[in-house]
Amino acid sequence: MTPKGVSLNPNSRKTKFARRFIFALSRMRNPIPVSSSIEEEVRTRSHKIKIAAYLSMARAVGSRRAWSRALLFKLRTRARRHNMIIRRRSFRLKKKRIIKNDPQGEPSQTKKLRQLVPGGKTMDMCSLLEETAHYMTCLATQVKVMQTIADHFAK
Amino acid sequence: MSSRRSRSRQQSGVSSNITDEQITDLVSKLQQLIPEIRNRRSNKVSASKVLQETCNYIRSLHREVDDLSDRLSDLLATTDTDSAQAAIIRSLLM
Repeated sequence: MTPKGVSLNPNSRKTKFARRFIFALSRMRNPIPVSSSIEEEVRTRSHKIKIAAYLSMARAVGSRRAWSRALLFKLRTRARRHNMIIRRRSFRLKKKRIIKNDPQGEPSQTKKLRQLVPGGKTMDMCSLLEETAHYMTCLATQVKVMQTIADHFAK
Repeated sequence: MSSRRSRSRQQSGVSSNITDEQITDLVSKLQQLIPEIRNRRSNKVSASKVLQETCNYIRSLHREVDDLSDRLSDLLATTDTDSAQAAIIRSLLM
């Protein structure tokens, strides 16, 4: 079965992402049998796959971009908190910290955009637009690769 | 120089050299990346429309990632391990 005729550059972002993601997927194949129902297992695995996808893409991009740094930071703190299982009130209070942005006549959609792009809350307008463009192309690549993998599995 | 500064927004004490032209440049760059606007072939898309479409596009991409993760989770449970993986890696990375 010949692939879709595209020869990939071995150093491209797409290839780096694909390698990391497939490796993460292969590590998920032999799960520790949890004593929960099948649906819950599927759901937790789906969540793990989603996190692995974002993590692989952020790692493939590296720390060159503000959004990938912010995403890596967010995922690592989340993983650390999950592993430590410390429920302290201080964590919850810290989450509610509001970073006030001077409106400065920014269009209203900027606020929504800042919530969608990782790290967008503290960027100035210029960086926000640049990071958005890069983030969008990486997301599209991520979706394409995941689609290819899903199609292959389905054959 | 001063006219450009008076045209742009009031920068409360933060000295940034962002000009309006830079922003319009970046907005038009974004415009090229969004499929809906690119296919519509009209050059007169306002900045707010571009931002709106960007938000919608990113949200739809997030949703697709969610759906694909669900799909992959189902598929992982039912396929056998090494042959499929080797085939994928070969076709994706060759």
